Amino acid sequence: MLSLLSEPVGLSHYLIVGAVMFVSGAVCMATKRNALGVLMGIELVLNGANVNFVAFGSDFLARNPNYGIGLDGHVIALFVIVLAAAEAAVALAIVLNFYNNHATIDVDKADELKG
Amino acid sequence: METIPTLLGAAWLLPLVSFTLILLFGPRMGKAGKAASYVAIGAIGGGFVLSLIALFQWRGIDEPYLAGEWYTLAQFDSLKLTIGYYVDTLTVVMFCMVTLIATCIHFYAVGYMHEELHDVTDHEVTLADGSHLTRPGRFHRFFQYLSLFCFSMLGIVISGNIAMTFVFWELVGICSYFLIGFYIERKSASTAANKAFIVNRVGDMGMIIGLMVLFTTLGTFNFGDVDGEPGIFSLVRPEVAHHDDHAGRDAAASPFATVALAPKADAGDQSDHHGDHTAHATRPLVVPQGMFDAAVRDRVAAGEEATAENLEAWQSSKLGYGLLVIAGLGIFCGCVGKSAQFPLHVWLPDAMEGPTPVSALVHSATMVAAGVFLVGRFYPVFTPEVLLAIAVIGCFTLFMAATIAITATDIKRVLAYSTLSQLGYMMFALGVGGWVAGMLHLITHAFFKSLLFMCSGSVIHAVHSNEMTDMGGLLKKMPITAYTMLVGCLAIIGAGIPLVIGLSGYYSKDAILAQAMLFAEQDENGLFRLMFFVAAGGAAITAFYMFRLWFMTFLGEPRDAHRYEHAHESPKVMTYPLLVLSFFAIFVATPLTSLDMTTAPLTAALDEARPADDHQARTAEDAAGATWLSIPYEHDSHTARIHTQAGLIAFGTAMGGLLLACCIYWWRLVNPREVADMFRPIYRFLLGKWWFDELYDRLFVQPTFFFSRIIAGIDKNLIDWLIDNLAAGTRWFCVGFDTWIDRLFVDGLVNWTARKIYAIGLAFRAVQTGNLRQYIVLIVVGTVALFILATFGFAG
Repeated sequence: MLSLLSEPVGLSHYLIVGAVMFVSGAVCMATKRNALGVLMGIELVLNGANVNFVAFGSDFLARNPNYGIGLDGHVIALFVIVLAAAEAAVALAIVLNFYNNHATIDVDKADELKG
Repeated sequence: METIPTLLGAAWLLPLVSFTLILLFGPRMGKAGKAASYVAIGAIGGGFVLSLIALFQWRGIDEPYLAGEWYTLAQFDSLKLTIGYYVDTLTVVMFCMVTLIATCIHFYAVGYMHEELHDVTDHEVTLADGSHLTRPGRFHRFFQYLSLFCFSMLGIVISGNIAMTFVFWELVGICSYFLIGFYIERKSASTAANKAFIVNRVGDMGMIIGLMVLFTTLGTFNFGDVDGEPGIFSLVRPEVAHHDDHAGRDAAASPFATVALAPKADAGDQSDHHGDHTAHATRPLVVPQGMFDAAVRDRVAAGEEATAENLEAWQSSKLGYGLLVIAGLGIFCGCVGKSAQFPLHVWLPDAMEGPTPVSALVHSATMVAAGVFLVGRFYPVFTPEVLLAIAVIGCFTLFMAATIAITATDIKRVLAYSTLSQLGYMMFALGVGGWVAGMLHLITHAFFKSLLFMCSGSVIHAVHSNEMTDMGGLLKKMPITAYTMLVGCLAIIGAGIPLVIGLSGYYSKDAILAQAMLFAEQDENGLFRLMFFVAAGGAAITAFYMFRLWFMTFLGEPRDAHRYEHAHESPKVMTYPLLVLSFFAIFVATPLTSLDMTTAPLTAALDEARPADDHQARTAEDAAGATWLSIPYEHDSHTARIHTQAGLIAFGTAMGGLLLACCIYWWRLVNPREVADMFRPIYRFLLGKWWFDELYDRLFVQPTFFFSRIIAGIDKNLIDWLIDNLAAGTRWFCVGFDTWIDRLFVDGLVNWTARKIYAIGLAFRAVQTGNLRQYIVLIVVGTVALFILATFGFAG
C-alpha cells in the first residue's frame, strides 16, 4: 500500500483519486438534505468515473493492448460531461419546481411518491 | 326452325313477367290494382298470339319433335338438371288451347272479381263478436296467382325433361293451393286448399318413385334426344328397322342384349293395313339396357352368376321389365293425384271453394288436364299392364263420379264431378290405346268444361248462391248465359247427328267408345266388356246430370223469388268469353271437308303427334308366353264397322239420359223426390259421395289422429317427465358442483393467490420510503454487496 507513495504516478493513483471522488460524491448524496448538495454529489460521482475513463484511456495504457481502451475513454468522458450538464439542467428544473410547490429543497420532504 | 321453341318459350315466360310485375307493384297498379288485370291479360294474350304463330310455323316442319336445353340449372356428376323443351304437335296444340282458354278466363275474371276492387265484407265469415269480416279487396292478387298458374301450366307443357315437369307440376299444385284458398278467411276454403295440397302429395310420392327408377336405370331425365344423347323415349323404344336382327346388333354394342317385347313378326303385318305408316321404322317397347343391368346386378348380388347362359335366359324372361312397370305406375300415380282419379279424387269437388274463374281454368280445363297430358306425353314408356291399370282406374272414376253428380245440388259440384268423370274418360281412352281419342277429349273437354264453369259462375254471380235449389227459370233473365251453357251441355254429352256431324264432344266421345269397343272385342274377358258398357253407360249418366243441371237452373218456376228478382245478365266482359268458348266448344273438332272425323284439323294434328312408336298393338304375355293382354292399335278402331256401332251406342245412351232428364226435370212426368225415396239407400249412398270422405276419415284421418294422440301422450307424460327429471338432476348436480368445486376450490385457490400476492406487495411497499437519501445508501450498499458477492461468493 505504502509502495504507492514511492512509485511514480501511474494508473493506480488516478484510480485512487477517482475512487475517493466517487465515494465522496456518494456520501455527499447520502448525507446532504439540501437538493443542491445532492446534485453536487452527483457531479462528484460522475467526475470520479470520468477520471477513471480518462486514466484508462491514457497513452500509458494504450501501449498495453491488454488494458487500454485508447481514445474511447476520452470520448466516453466527454459524453459523460455532456450528459452531466443535461442532467444538471433537468435536475435543477425539478428542484425549482419543487421549491415552487413546497417552499423548500429538503429532499427528505420529497417523499410523496413513497409506497 | 329454331324459332318455334323460342316463340313458345316467350309465350311461357310472359305470364312469369306479369306475375313478377304484379307481385312487386300490384296494389299500386291503377285504382285499387285494377291495372293488374290488364297486365295479366296482356301477358296471356301475348302468349296466345305467340302460340298461334308457332302453330302456323309448325305446319312447315317435318321433324317429329324438337328437343333441346336452354339452361343447365345444376349438374351433380351424371345428374343433370336442365330447363329444356320438347316440342311436338301436342305441345303446340296444348299451348294454343291453354293460352286461348286462359285469355278468355282472364277477361271473364275481370268482371267476376270486380267486387274485390274495393273493401269486401265476407258474409260467410263470422267473427267472434258476431259481425262479418271486412277486408281489403284482393283483385291484383287474384291475377297474380292466375299468371303464376299459367306460367306453371305452360312450363309442364313445354318441359323437355321429367325433372322439370315435376318442378312445374308442384308449382301448379301450389298455385291451386293459393287459388282454392283465395277466400282464406273461410274455414271451408282453407281446409279445401289443404286437402287438395295434401292429397296431391300422396300422388307425387309415387311420381318421385317413378322418377327415381327412371333416373337410376336410364341416367337421363330428358324425353327426347338432345345433342345425340338418347332420351327416355329412345332408350325405352330404340329404333329398329323392320327386318333387322336387333338382338344381334345390340349384343355387339353392349354386354347384355336388349330384350324386345313386341312380337317382331307381327309388326310388318299390322302396319300393312295402313300404307302411310309402313315408312315408320318400328319402335317396339324394350326393357332398356339400364333396367336390365340393374336387375342383373340384383341377381348377381343374390348369389347367381352372370354366365352367358344365365344372361340369355334372363333376357328371354324379360328381366328388368318390372322396373319399367314400376316407373310407369309411379308416373301414373302422380297423374292420379293431379287429375283427381279414384282413389285420390276427393280433393277436386272441395276445390270448388275457389272463385269460379279458378274452377274454370285450374280445376277443369288445364291443371287437372296436366295429369292426362303427362300420361299422354309418357305414353311410349307405359307397358300394357300399366295401360290396363290406367284404363281400370279411369273407367271406375268415370262411373263413380258420374253417379255422384246425379244427386249433387251445388251447381259447381255437379260440374266438378262431371270433370272427374270426363277425366276418367280420358284416362280410360289412353288406357285402352286411344291416344288420339284421349288427347282429343282433353282438348274438347277443356273448351266445353271451361265454358260450363264460366256459365255457372255467371249464374252464381247473378243469384249469389251455388245451390240449384235456389235457382230456376233463369232463362228469361240471362239468355246469353243460358244458351251458351246449353251449347256446353250439348257438347259434353256428345250431341250430334249420328254419323254425320256433331259438336266437339261428339267426336271425342265417339273416338273413345270406338277404341273401348275394339279393346273389349279383342278379348273374351268379361272385365274388358264390362268396362266398355260402363263407359257407354257413363255417357247416359253424363247426359242425365248435365241436363238436370240445365233444366233446374234455367227452366221451370223460380224456386227463390227474391233471388230471381235480383238476377240479371252478366256484363259483356263476362258474356263475350262465353260466346268465344261456345264457338270453340262447337267447332274445335269439326272436320272441314268430309264427314270422316279423322280428317278434322285437330284430330289430324294429334294423330301426327302420336308417339312415333305407337303403330301396332301392345301386347303382354304371361309366364307361359301366351298373350293375355293386347292394347289395340288406335287406327284399327276407325273401321266403319266399329265406328258406326260405337257411335250409335254413344248416341243412343246419351239420348236416353237426355230423355230421362227431360221426363223428370222438364216435363215433370215423374217427381224426383219420389224417385229418390224409391231408391232411398242408393240415393243416400250417392248423396254421401260414395262415402269416400267418411271412408278416408275412418281409414286415414282418424287413425292418424288416434296415433297422434298416443304419441302426444307419450310426449307429454313420458318424454316430458324424462326431460324434466333430467333437467332437475342436472340442476342439482350443477348446484353441488358450483358450491363445492367452483366456489370452494377454484374460487378459493384464486382468492388465496390474490391474497398472498397482496401481502407480498404490502411487504415490498415498506421498502419504498420515498426518502431519496435512503435510496442512495441502499444503492451504494447493494452495489458493494454485489461486488463482494461477485468477488468472494462465486470464487470457486
